Amino acid sequence: MSTIVAARPSPESRISPVFRFAMLLPGGLVTFSLILFALGLVLFLAFRSNDGSLLGAGLTVANFVTVATDPLYWTVTLRSLVIAGLVTLATVVTAYPVAYYLAFHAGRRRNLLLFLVTLPFWTSYLLRVFAWKIVLAYNGVLNSAFIESGLWSQPTLAFLNTPAAVVVTLAHAYAPFAILPIYVALDTIPKSLLEAASDLGARPFTSFRRVVLPNSMPGVLAAALVVFVPTVGDYVTPAMVGGPASTMIGTLIQSQFGKANDWPFGAALSVCVMLVILCVVLLARGADRRFGSRT
Amino acid sequence: MKTARARANAGGRWLGVYVLAYLVFLYLPILLIPLFSFNDSIQAAFPLQGFTLSWYETLYGNPALSGALANSLVIGVIAASGATLCGITVSYMDLYGRSPLAATISAVARLPILIPGVIVGISLLILVNLIGLGPSRVAIVLGHILVALPTTVVVMRSRFAAIPKTIREAALDLGASDWTTFRRVMLPLSAPAVLSAFMLAFLTSFDEFIVVFFLAGTQPTLPLYIWSQLRFPRSLPTVMALGTVILTVSFIIAALAEILRHRGLGAARRNPA
Repeated sequence: MSTIVAARPSPESRISPVFRFAMLLPGGLVTFSLILFALGLVLFLAFRSNDGSLLGAGLTVANFVTVATDPLYWTVTLRSLVIAGLVTLATVVTAYPVAYYLAFHAGRRRNLLLFLVTLPFWTSYLLRVFAWKIVLAYNGVLNSAFIESGLWSQPTLAFLNTPAAVVVTLAHAYAPFAILPIYVALDTIPKSLLEAASDLGARPFTSFRRVVLPNSMPGVLAAALVVFVPTVGDYVTPAMVGGPASTMIGTLIQSQFGKANDWPFGAALSVCVMLVILCVVLLARGADRRFGSRT
Repeated sequence: MKTARARANAGGRWLGVYVLAYLVFLYLPILLIPLFSFNDSIQAAFPLQGFTLSWYETLYGNPALSGALANSLVIGVIAASGATLCGITVSYMDLYGRSPLAATISAVARLPILIPGVIVGISLLILVNLIGLGPSRVAIVLGHILVALPTTVVVMRSRFAAIPKTIREAALDLGASDWTTFRRVMLPLSAPAVLSAFMLAFLTSFDEFIVVFFLAGTQPTLPLYIWSQLRFPRSLPTVMALGTVILTVSFIIAALAEILRHRGLGAARRNPA
Protein backbone atom coordinates (compact mmCIF):
# COMPACT_ATOMS: atom_id res chain seq x y z
CA MET A 1 0.00 0.00 0.00
CA SER A 2 2.62 2.43 1.03
CA THR A 3 4.70 1.70 -2.04
CA ILE A 4 1.74 2.47 -4.29
CA VAL A 5 1.22 5.80 -2.53
CA ALA A 6 4.89 6.60 -2.77
CA ALA A 7 4.99 5.73 -6.46
CA ARG A 8 2.23 8.18 -7.33
CA PRO A 9 3.34 11.67 -8.15
CA SER A 10 2.56 14.07 -5.35
CA PRO A 11 -0.29 16.48 -6.09
CA GLU A 12 2.15 19.40 -6.01
CA SER A 13 4.24 18.16 -8.91
CA ARG A 14 1.25 17.58 -11.20
CA ILE A 15 0.26 21.22 -11.70
CA SER A 16 -0.30 21.69 -15.41
CA PRO A 17 1.67 24.44 -17.15
CA VAL A 18 -1.47 26.02 -18.60
CA PHE A 19 -3.13 26.24 -15.19
CA ARG A 20 0.04 27.63 -13.66
CA PHE A 21 0.37 30.26 -16.39
CA ALA A 22 -3.28 31.33 -16.17
CA MET A 23 -3.13 31.61 -12.39
CA LEU A 24 0.13 33.56 -12.34
CA LEU A 25 -0.87 35.93 -15.15
CA PRO A 26 -3.10 38.53 -13.38
CA GLY A 27 -0.90 38.85 -10.31
CA GLY A 28 2.26 38.78 -12.40
CA LEU A 29 1.04 41.55 -14.69
CA VAL A 30 0.03 43.78 -11.80
CA THR A 31 3.09 43.21 -9.65
CA PHE A 32 5.67 43.44 -12.40
CA SER A 33 4.22 46.31 -14.42
CA LEU A 34 2.40 48.42 -11.84
CA ILE A 35 4.76 47.93 -8.92
CA LEU A 36 8.26 46.92 -10.05
CA PHE A 37 8.33 48.66 -13.44
CA ALA A 38 6.64 51.81 -12.08
CA LEU A 39 9.13 51.99 -9.18
CA GLY A 40 11.95 51.43 -11.69
CA LEU A 41 10.65 54.43 -13.64
CA VAL A 42 10.87 56.58 -10.51
CA LEU A 43 14.45 55.45 -9.95
CA PHE A 44 15.32 56.14 -13.61
CA LEU A 45 13.68 59.57 -13.58
CA ALA A 46 15.58 60.51 -10.41
CA PHE A 47 18.84 60.44 -12.40
CA ARG A 48 17.54 62.64 -15.23
CA SER A 49 17.46 66.41 -15.52
CA ASN A 50 14.25 68.33 -16.03
CA ASP A 51 13.83 69.58 -19.61
CA GLY A 52 10.05 69.71 -19.57
CA SER A 53 9.66 66.34 -21.28
CA LEU A 54 8.07 63.32 -19.60
CA LEU A 55 11.23 61.37 -18.90
CA GLY A 56 13.70 64.26 -18.70
CA ALA A 57 17.12 64.26 -20.34
CA GLY A 58 20.68 63.17 -19.77
CA LEU A 59 22.14 61.26 -16.88
CA THR A 60 22.89 63.25 -13.76
CA VAL A 61 23.14 63.12 -10.00
CA ALA A 62 22.34 66.83 -9.73
CA ASN A 63 18.95 66.13 -8.16
CA PHE A 64 20.55 64.20 -5.32
CA VAL A 65 23.26 66.84 -4.91
CA THR A 66 20.52 69.46 -4.46
CA VAL A 67 18.71 67.28 -1.90
CA ALA A 68 21.95 66.70 0.00
CA THR A 69 23.25 70.29 -0.03
CA ASP A 70 20.14 72.45 0.32
CA PRO A 71 19.38 72.81 4.07
CA LEU A 72 15.65 73.13 3.27
CA TYR A 73 15.45 69.43 2.40
CA TRP A 74 17.38 68.41 5.51
CA THR A 75 15.00 70.46 7.65
CA VAL A 76 11.89 69.02 6.02
CA THR A 77 13.22 65.44 6.05
CA LEU A 78 14.19 65.76 9.71
CA ARG A 79 10.77 67.21 10.52
CA SER A 80 9.04 64.34 8.67
CA LEU A 81 11.13 61.82 10.59
CA VAL A 82 10.40 63.49 13.94
CA ILE A 83 6.65 63.78 13.22
CA ALA A 84 6.40 60.20 11.92
CA GLY A 85 8.55 58.97 14.83
CA LEU A 86 6.36 60.73 17.40
CA VAL A 87 3.19 59.44 15.72
CA THR A 88 4.60 55.91 15.67
CA LEU A 89 5.65 56.10 19.33
CA ALA A 90 2.28 57.52 20.40
CA THR A 91 0.29 54.99 18.37
CA VAL A 92 2.25 51.95 19.50
CA VAL A 93 2.41 52.95 23.19
CA THR A 94 -1.32 53.71 23.35
CA ALA A 95 -2.25 50.62 21.32
CA TYR A 96 -0.23 48.17 23.42
CA PRO A 97 -2.53 48.12 26.47
CA VAL A 98 -5.54 47.70 24.16
CA ALA A 99 -3.90 44.75 22.42
CA TYR A 100 -2.92 43.34 25.84
CA TYR A 101 -6.50 43.59 27.07
CA LEU A 102 -7.77 41.93 23.87
CA ALA A 103 -5.30 39.06 24.22
CA PHE A 104 -5.58 38.31 27.95
CA HIS A 105 -8.69 39.92 29.47
CA ALA A 106 -11.37 40.46 26.81
CA GLY A 107 -12.97 37.01 27.08
CA ARG A 108 -16.29 36.83 25.25
CA ARG A 109 -16.10 40.49 24.23
CA ARG A 110 -12.91 39.89 22.25
CA ASN A 111 -14.42 39.59 18.76
CA LEU A 112 -16.68 42.61 19.25
CA LEU A 113 -13.77 44.73 20.54
CA LEU A 114 -11.49 43.58 17.72
CA PHE A 115 -14.20 44.58 15.27
CA LEU A 116 -14.67 47.99 16.94
CA VAL A 117 -10.97 48.90 16.88
CA THR A 118 -10.51 47.87 13.23
CA LEU A 119 -13.72 49.46 11.94
CA PRO A 120 -12.34 53.05 11.65
CA PHE A 121 -9.57 51.61 9.43
CA TRP A 122 -12.18 51.07 6.71
CA THR A 123 -13.62 54.58 6.84
CA SER A 124 -12.43 57.49 4.74
CA TYR A 125 -9.02 58.78 5.76
CA LEU A 126 -9.92 62.18 4.31
CA LEU A 127 -13.01 62.38 6.54
CA ARG A 128 -11.03 61.37 9.63
CA VAL A 129 -8.57 64.19 8.97
CA PHE A 130 -11.42 66.56 8.16
CA ALA A 131 -12.98 65.72 11.52
CA TRP A 132 -9.83 66.99 13.26
CA LYS A 133 -9.94 70.18 11.24
CA ILE A 134 -13.37 71.00 12.63
CA VAL A 135 -12.22 69.99 16.13
CA LEU A 136 -9.13 72.22 16.12
CA ALA A 137 -10.32 75.20 14.07
CA TYR A 138 -10.32 78.77 15.49
CA ASN A 139 -14.12 78.79 15.60
CA GLY A 140 -14.24 75.02 15.90
CA VAL A 141 -15.39 72.36 18.34
CA LEU A 142 -12.60 72.52 20.93
CA ASN A 143 -12.48 76.32 21.19
CA SER A 144 -16.25 76.70 21.34
CA ALA A 145 -16.58 73.88 23.88
CA PHE A 146 -13.98 75.50 26.17
CA ILE A 147 -15.61 78.93 25.90
CA GLU A 148 -19.06 77.43 26.45
CA SER A 149 -17.84 75.71 29.60
CA GLY A 150 -16.23 78.95 30.83
CA LEU A 151 -12.70 77.53 30.90
CA TRP A 152 -11.42 80.42 28.83
CA SER A 153 -12.97 83.51 27.30
CA GLN A 154 -11.11 83.91 23.99
CA PRO A 155 -10.80 81.33 21.22
CA THR A 156 -7.18 80.37 20.70
CA LEU A 157 -5.30 79.92 17.46
CA ALA A 158 -2.89 77.58 19.19
CA PHE A 159 -4.52 74.33 17.96
CA LEU A 160 -4.70 74.47 14.19
CA ASN A 161 -1.69 74.88 11.88
CA THR A 162 0.90 73.46 14.26
CA PRO A 163 3.11 70.36 13.98
CA ALA A 164 1.38 69.15 17.18
CA ALA A 165 -1.94 69.16 15.32
CA VAL A 166 -0.33 66.99 12.62
CA VAL A 167 0.97 64.51 15.22
CA VAL A 168 -2.42 64.21 16.98
CA THR A 169 -4.36 63.88 13.73
CA LEU A 170 -2.01 61.28 12.24
CA ALA A 171 -1.88 59.33 15.52
CA HIS A 172 -5.67 59.19 15.49
CA ALA A 173 -5.90 58.32 11.78
CA TYR A 174 -3.41 55.43 12.04
CA ALA A 175 -4.37 54.17 15.52
CA PRO A 176 -6.22 51.08 14.20
CA PHE A 177 -3.10 49.99 12.26
CA ALA A 178 -1.08 49.33 15.39
CA ILE A 179 -3.42 47.21 17.49
CA LEU A 180 -3.78 44.17 15.24
CA PRO A 181 -0.09 43.18 14.82
CA ILE A 182 0.56 43.60 18.57
CA TYR A 183 -2.57 41.62 19.42
CA VAL A 184 -1.55 38.76 17.12
CA ALA A 185 1.94 38.65 18.70
CA LEU A 186 0.51 38.64 22.24
CA ASP A 187 -2.16 36.10 21.39
CA THR A 188 0.35 33.60 20.00
CA ILE A 189 2.59 33.59 23.10
CA PRO A 190 2.28 30.03 24.44
CA LYS A 191 0.28 30.09 27.69
CA SER A 192 2.76 27.56 29.12
CA LEU A 193 5.44 30.28 29.11
CA LEU A 194 3.32 32.51 31.36
CA GLU A 195 2.48 29.58 33.66
CA ALA A 196 6.13 28.62 33.87
CA ALA A 197 7.05 32.20 34.80
CA SER A 198 4.47 32.37 37.56
CA ASP A 199 5.32 28.83 38.79
CA LEU A 200 8.95 29.85 39.04
CA GLY A 201 7.89 32.69 41.31
CA ALA A 202 7.92 35.64 38.93
CA ARG A 203 5.63 38.43 40.05
CA PRO A 204 3.13 39.70 37.43
CA PHE A 205 5.25 42.73 36.51
CA THR A 206 8.44 40.66 36.26
CA SER A 207 6.77 38.08 34.05
CA PHE A 208 5.40 40.91 31.88
CA ARG A 209 8.81 42.55 31.58
CA ARG A 210 10.82 39.36 31.10
CA VAL A 211 8.38 37.12 29.20
CA VAL A 212 5.43 38.95 27.63
CA LEU A 213 7.16 42.13 26.42
CA PRO A 214 10.14 40.48 24.68
CA ASN A 215 7.85 37.89 23.08
CA SER A 216 5.54 40.58 21.73
CA MET A 217 8.35 42.67 20.21
CA PRO A 218 7.90 41.28 16.66
CA GLY A 219 4.31 42.54 16.75
CA VAL A 220 5.40 45.89 18.17
CA LEU A 221 7.99 46.30 15.38
CA ALA A 222 5.46 45.31 12.70
CA ALA A 223 3.00 47.81 14.16
CA ALA A 224 5.66 50.55 14.22
CA LEU A 225 6.46 49.86 10.58
CA VAL A 226 2.87 49.96 9.28
CA VAL A 227 2.32 53.27 11.09
CA PHE A 228 5.67 54.86 10.22
CA VAL A 229 5.59 54.19 6.44
CA PRO A 230 2.33 55.93 5.56
CA THR A 231 2.88 58.81 8.01
CA VAL A 232 6.41 59.70 6.88
CA GLY A 233 5.17 60.31 3.32
CA ASP A 234 1.83 61.90 4.18
CA TYR A 235 0.87 65.17 2.53
CA VAL A 236 -2.87 65.40 3.24
CA THR A 237 -2.75 65.95 7.00
CA PRO A 238 -0.01 68.65 6.85
CA ALA A 239 -2.09 70.44 4.22
CA MET A 240 -5.33 70.18 6.23
CA VAL A 241 -4.26 70.89 9.82
CA GLY A 242 -0.53 71.58 9.72
CA GLY A 243 -0.02 75.00 8.17
CA PRO A 244 3.28 76.16 6.65
CA ALA A 245 5.34 75.21 9.71
CA SER A 246 4.52 71.51 9.21
CA THR A 247 5.53 70.98 5.59
CA MET A 248 6.57 67.34 5.25
CA ILE A 249 8.58 65.49 2.63
CA GLY A 250 5.36 64.15 1.05
CA THR A 251 4.19 67.74 0.58
CA LEU A 252 7.39 68.54 -1.34
CA ILE A 253 7.07 65.45 -3.55
CA GLN A 254 3.45 66.29 -4.29
CA SER A 255 4.32 69.87 -5.27
CA GLN A 256 7.14 68.70 -7.59
CA PHE A 257 4.50 66.73 -9.52
CA GLY A 258 2.06 69.64 -9.30
CA LYS A 259 2.79 73.35 -9.04
CA ALA A 260 6.62 73.15 -9.05
CA ASN A 261 6.48 70.75 -12.03
CA ASP A 262 9.97 69.25 -11.70
CA TRP A 263 9.27 65.53 -12.01
CA PRO A 264 12.90 64.33 -11.97
CA PHE A 265 13.54 66.21 -8.72
CA GLY A 266 10.31 64.84 -7.22
CA ALA A 267 11.45 61.35 -8.24
CA ALA A 268 14.82 61.94 -6.52
CA LEU A 269 13.00 63.01 -3.33
CA SER A 270 10.88 59.83 -3.57
CA VAL A 271 13.99 57.70 -3.91
CA CYS A 272 15.42 59.36 -0.77
CA VAL A 273 12.19 58.61 1.14
CA MET A 274 12.34 54.97 0.01
CA LEU A 275 15.97 54.78 1.17
CA VAL A 276 14.98 56.14 4.59
CA ILE A 277 12.17 53.57 4.79
CA LEU A 278 14.58 50.82 3.72
CA CYS A 279 16.92 51.80 6.60
CA VAL A 280 14.00 51.71 9.05
CA VAL A 281 12.89 48.30 7.72
CA LEU A 282 16.42 46.93 8.06
CA LEU A 283 16.67 48.33 11.61
CA ALA A 284 13.34 46.69 12.47
CA ARG A 285 14.52 43.42 10.89
CA GLY A 286 17.70 43.53 12.98
CA ALA A 287 15.76 44.25 16.15
CA ASP A 288 13.30 41.49 15.25
CA ARG A 289 16.14 39.00 14.93
CA ARG A 290 17.53 40.10 18.30
CA PHE A 291 14.20 39.27 19.93
CA GLY A 292 14.09 35.94 18.12
CA SER A 293 11.32 36.33 15.55
CA ARG A 294 8.51 33.82 15.71
CA THR A 295 6.92 34.98 12.50
CA MET B 1 -2.40 32.80 44.87
CA LYS B 2 -5.87 34.19 45.43
CA THR B 3 -4.52 37.67 45.98
CA ALA B 4 -2.46 37.41 42.80
CA ARG B 5 -5.57 36.51 40.83
CA ALA B 6 -7.54 39.28 42.49
CA ARG B 7 -4.79 41.72 41.61
CA ALA B 8 -4.81 40.48 37.99
CA ASN B 9 -8.58 40.95 37.84
CA ALA B 10 -8.30 44.46 39.22
CA GLY B 11 -5.60 45.16 36.62
CA GLY B 12 -7.92 43.81 33.95
CA ARG B 13 -10.68 46.13 35.11
CA TRP B 14 -8.40 49.17 34.90
CA LEU B 15 -7.31 48.05 31.45
CA GLY B 16 -10.98 47.73 30.51
CA VAL B 17 -11.55 51.36 31.50
CA TYR B 18 -8.53 52.32 29.41
CA VAL B 19 -9.86 50.40 26.38
CA LEU B 20 -13.18 52.19 26.75
CA ALA B 21 -11.43 55.58 26.83
CA TYR B 22 -9.39 54.54 23.80
CA LEU B 23 -12.55 53.66 21.86
CA VAL B 24 -14.05 57.04 22.79
CA PHE B 25 -10.91 58.77 21.45
CA LEU B 26 -11.13 56.64 18.31
CA TYR B 27 -14.78 57.36 17.57
CA LEU B 28 -15.49 60.79 19.07
CA PRO B 29 -13.86 62.91 16.31
CA ILE B 30 -15.53 60.79 13.60
CA LEU B 31 -18.94 61.05 15.28
CA LEU B 32 -18.68 64.86 15.31
CA ILE B 33 -19.29 64.81 11.55
CA PRO B 34 -22.81 63.30 11.82
CA LEU B 35 -23.51 65.47 14.89
CA PHE B 36 -22.80 68.75 13.12
CA SER B 37 -24.40 67.59 9.86
CA PHE B 38 -27.76 67.95 11.66
CA ASN B 39 -26.81 71.30 13.23
CA ASP B 40 -28.55 74.40 11.92
CA SER B 41 -25.40 76.50 11.51
CA ILE B 42 -22.58 77.03 9.03
CA GLN B 43 -20.07 76.76 11.88
CA ALA B 44 -19.12 73.42 13.39
CA ALA B 45 -19.12 74.80 16.95
CA PHE B 46 -20.92 74.59 20.26
CA PRO B 47 -23.55 75.40 21.36
CA LEU B 48 -25.65 73.44 18.88
CA GLN B 49 -28.11 75.67 17.06
CA GLY B 50 -31.01 73.29 16.47
CA PHE B 51 -31.89 70.30 14.36
CA THR B 52 -32.12 70.53 10.58
CA LEU B 53 -32.11 68.24 7.55
CA SER B 54 -31.47 71.09 5.13
CA TRP B 55 -27.79 70.14 4.59
CA TYR B 56 -28.92 66.73 3.38
CA GLU B 57 -31.35 68.41 0.98
CA THR B 58 -28.42 70.25 -0.62
CA LEU B 59 -27.01 66.85 -1.59
CA TYR B 60 -29.91 66.25 -3.98
CA GLY B 61 -29.84 67.64 -7.49
CA ASN B 62 -26.13 68.41 -7.43
CA PRO B 63 -24.76 67.22 -10.79
CA ALA B 64 -21.07 67.55 -9.78
CA LEU B 65 -21.73 65.41 -6.71
CA SER B 66 -23.75 62.71 -8.47
CA GLY B 67 -21.13 62.57 -11.23
CA ALA B 68 -18.40 62.03 -8.66
CA LEU B 69 -20.50 59.40 -6.88
CA ALA B 70 -21.11 57.50 -10.13
CA ASN B 71 -17.38 57.64 -10.90
CA SER B 72 -16.48 56.35 -7.46
CA LEU B 73 -18.97 53.48 -7.69
CA VAL B 74 -17.85 52.36 -11.16
CA ILE B 75 -14.15 52.68 -10.33
CA GLY B 76 -14.69 50.94 -6.97
CA VAL B 77 -16.45 47.92 -8.50
CA ILE B 78 -13.93 47.48 -11.34
CA ALA B 79 -10.87 48.01 -9.13
CA ALA B 80 -12.26 45.71 -6.45
CA SER B 81 -12.93 42.99 -9.06
CA GLY B 82 -9.38 43.31 -10.36
CA ALA B 83 -7.83 43.33 -6.90
CA THR B 84 -9.93 40.35 -5.78
CA LEU B 85 -9.01 38.34 -8.89
CA CYS B 86 -5.34 39.09 -8.27
CA GLY B 87 -5.69 38.38 -4.55
CA ILE B 88 -7.27 34.97 -5.20
CA THR B 89 -4.77 33.82 -7.82
CA VAL B 90 -1.68 35.26 -6.14
CA SER B 91 -2.42 33.74 -2.73
CA TYR B 92 -3.54 30.39 -4.20
CA MET B 93 -0.35 30.02 -6.21
CA ASP B 94 1.72 31.24 -3.26
CA LEU B 95 0.31 28.43 -1.12
CA TYR B 96 0.02 25.60 -3.69
CA GLY B 97 2.11 26.64 -6.70
CA ARG B 98 5.42 25.63 -5.10
CA SER B 99 7.42 27.88 -7.39
CA PRO B 100 9.81 30.72 -6.61
CA LEU B 101 8.00 32.91 -9.14
CA ALA B 102 4.67 32.48 -7.32
CA ALA B 103 6.33 33.29 -3.99
CA THR B 104 7.99 36.37 -5.51
CA ILE B 105 4.73 37.64 -6.99
CA SER B 106 3.01 37.18 -3.63
CA ALA B 107 5.78 39.07 -1.81
CA VAL B 108 5.76 41.93 -4.34
CA ALA B 109 1.94 42.09 -4.19
CA ARG B 110 2.19 42.88 -0.47
CA LEU B 111 4.99 45.44 -1.04
CA PRO B 112 2.65 48.48 -1.36
CA ILE B 113 2.28 48.31 2.46
CA LEU B 114 5.90 49.51 2.64
CA ILE B 115 5.49 52.32 0.08
CA PRO B 116 3.93 55.65 1.10
CA GLY B 117 0.83 56.49 -0.93
CA VAL B 118 2.42 59.60 -2.42
CA ILE B 119 5.13 57.46 -4.08
CA VAL B 120 2.59 54.91 -5.37
CA GLY B 121 0.71 57.88 -6.82
CA ILE B 122 3.64 59.54 -8.59
CA SER B 123 5.09 56.25 -9.88
CA LEU B 124 1.74 55.39 -11.51
CA LEU B 125 1.42 58.96 -12.80
CA ILE B 126 4.74 58.53 -14.61
CA LEU B 127 3.68 55.09 -15.89
CA VAL B 128 0.27 56.12 -17.27
CA ASN B 129 1.82 59.14 -18.97
CA LEU B 130 4.51 56.93 -20.48
CA ILE B 131 2.01 54.48 -22.00
CA GLY B 132 -0.06 57.38 -23.33
CA LEU B 133 -3.03 56.84 -21.04
CA GLY B 134 -2.59 59.97 -18.95
CA PRO B 135 -4.58 60.77 -15.79
CA SER B 136 -7.98 59.15 -16.35
CA ARG B 137 -10.49 56.78 -14.82
CA VAL B 138 -8.51 53.80 -16.16
CA ALA B 139 -5.44 55.17 -14.40
CA ILE B 140 -7.43 55.43 -11.15
CA VAL B 141 -8.58 51.82 -11.53
CA LEU B 142 -4.96 50.68 -11.91
CA GLY B 143 -3.94 52.70 -8.86
CA HIS B 144 -6.75 51.31 -6.74
CA ILE B 145 -6.04 47.71 -7.75
CA LEU B 146 -2.57 48.33 -6.39
CA VAL B 147 -3.74 49.98 -3.15
CA ALA B 148 -6.28 47.21 -2.45
CA LEU B 149 -3.98 44.34 -3.46
CA PRO B 150 -2.26 43.75 -0.08
CA THR B 151 -5.68 43.50 1.61
CA THR B 152 -7.12 40.98 -0.85
CA VAL B 153 -3.94 38.88 -0.81
CA VAL B 154 -3.84 38.77 3.01
CA VAL B 155 -7.58 37.96 3.34
CA MET B 156 -7.52 35.22 0.66
CA ARG B 157 -4.22 33.75 1.81
CA SER B 158 -5.38 33.26 5.38
CA ARG B 159 -8.63 31.76 4.10
CA PHE B 160 -6.96 29.27 1.74
CA ALA B 161 -4.50 28.36 4.49
CA ALA B 162 -7.42 27.62 6.84
CA ILE B 163 -8.86 24.99 4.47
CA PRO B 164 -7.47 21.58 5.52
CA LYS B 165 -4.82 20.37 3.07
CA THR B 166 -6.49 16.96 2.86
CA ILE B 167 -9.51 18.39 1.03
CA ARG B 168 -7.46 19.62 -1.91
CA GLU B 169 -5.36 16.46 -1.94
CA ALA B 170 -8.50 14.29 -1.93
CA ALA B 171 -9.88 16.14 -4.95
CA LEU B 172 -6.60 15.75 -6.84
CA ASP B 173 -6.28 12.07 -5.89
CA LEU B 174 -9.82 11.40 -7.10
CA GLY B 175 -8.72 12.62 -10.51
CA ALA B 176 -9.93 16.21 -10.54
CA SER B 177 -7.72 18.49 -12.63
CA ASP B 178 -6.03 21.53 -11.06
CA TRP B 179 -8.62 23.71 -12.68
CA THR B 180 -11.57 21.64 -11.41
CA THR B 181 -10.07 21.43 -7.93
CA PHE B 182 -9.66 25.19 -7.86
CA ARG B 183 -13.04 26.05 -9.32
CA ARG B 184 -15.26 23.35 -7.79
CA VAL B 185 -13.58 22.74 -4.42
CA MET B 186 -11.30 25.51 -3.21
CA LEU B 187 -13.21 28.52 -4.54
CA PRO B 188 -16.65 27.47 -3.17
CA LEU B 189 -15.04 26.72 0.21
CA SER B 190 -13.63 30.25 0.35
CA ALA B 191 -16.62 32.04 -1.19
CA PRO B 192 -17.38 34.16 1.93
CA ALA B 193 -13.75 35.33 2.02
CA VAL B 194 -13.90 36.21 -1.70
CA LEU B 195 -16.93 38.39 -1.04
CA SER B 196 -15.26 39.88 2.03
CA ALA B 197 -12.06 40.68 0.08
CA PHE B 198 -14.16 42.27 -2.67
CA MET B 199 -16.04 44.47 -0.21
CA LEU B 200 -12.89 45.59 1.61
CA ALA B 201 -11.20 46.34 -1.73
CA PHE B 202 -14.26 48.31 -2.80
CA LEU B 203 -14.14 50.34 0.44
CA THR B 204 -10.42 50.96 -0.02
CA SER B 205 -11.03 52.31 -3.51
CA PHE B 206 -14.18 54.23 -2.58
CA ASP B 207 -12.48 56.11 0.28
CA GLU B 208 -9.01 56.42 -1.25
CA PHE B 209 -7.60 59.92 -1.64
CA ILE B 210 -3.79 59.98 -1.51
CA VAL B 211 -3.18 58.05 -4.76
CA VAL B 212 -6.25 59.18 -6.70
CA PHE B 213 -5.13 62.79 -6.23
CA PHE B 214 -2.37 62.20 -8.81
CA LEU B 215 -4.30 60.01 -11.25
CA ALA B 216 -7.62 61.80 -11.75
CA GLY B 217 -8.25 63.53 -15.05
CA THR B 218 -11.33 65.65 -15.61
CA GLN B 219 -13.69 63.29 -13.80
CA PRO B 220 -13.15 63.36 -10.02
CA THR B 221 -14.12 60.68 -7.53
CA LEU B 222 -16.09 61.39 -4.37
CA PRO B 223 -13.07 62.03 -2.07
CA LEU B 224 -11.67 64.45 -4.68
CA TYR B 225 -15.02 66.22 -4.82
CA ILE B 226 -14.95 66.56 -1.01
CA TRP B 227 -11.39 67.91 -1.16
CA SER B 228 -12.42 70.52 -3.75
CA GLN B 229 -15.32 71.61 -1.50
CA LEU B 230 -13.15 72.00 1.62
CA ARG B 231 -11.80 75.29 0.27
CA PHE B 232 -15.23 76.91 0.65
CA PRO B 233 -16.26 77.46 4.29
CA ARG B 234 -19.90 77.77 3.16
CA SER B 235 -19.98 74.21 1.87
CA LEU B 236 -18.64 72.63 5.10
CA PRO B 237 -22.12 71.59 6.35
CA THR B 238 -22.82 69.94 2.99
CA VAL B 239 -19.50 68.10 3.23
CA MET B 240 -20.49 66.91 6.71
CA ALA B 241 -23.86 65.65 5.45
CA LEU B 242 -22.13 63.86 2.57
CA GLY B 243 -19.49 62.56 5.00
CA THR B 244 -22.21 61.16 7.27
CA VAL B 245 -23.73 59.22 4.36
CA ILE B 246 -20.30 57.89 3.33
CA LEU B 247 -19.38 56.91 6.91
CA THR B 248 -22.69 55.08 7.37
CA VAL B 249 -22.27 53.13 4.14
CA SER B 250 -18.61 52.35 5.00
CA PHE B 251 -19.55 51.08 8.46
CA ILE B 252 -22.25 48.80 7.02
CA ILE B 253 -20.03 47.35 4.26
CA ALA B 254 -17.09 46.86 6.66
CA ALA B 255 -19.35 45.13 9.19
CA LEU B 256 -20.73 42.78 6.51
CA ALA B 257 -17.22 42.03 5.26
CA GLU B 258 -16.07 41.24 8.80
CA ILE B 259 -19.00 38.87 9.38
CA LEU B 260 -18.37 37.14 6.04
CA ARG B 261 -14.66 36.77 6.71
CA HIS B 262 -15.30 34.65 9.80
CA ARG B 263 -18.28 32.82 8.35
CA GLY B 264 -17.83 29.17 7.50
CA LEU B 265 -14.31 29.13 8.91
CA GLY B 266 -15.48 27.20 11.95
CA ALA B 267 -17.42 24.76 9.78
CA ALA B 268 -14.39 24.06 7.59
CA ARG B 269 -12.30 23.37 10.69
CA ARG B 270 -14.92 21.23 12.43
CA ASN B 271 -15.56 18.91 9.47
CA PRO B 272 -12.25 18.57 7.72
CA ALA B 273 -13.80 15.77 5.64
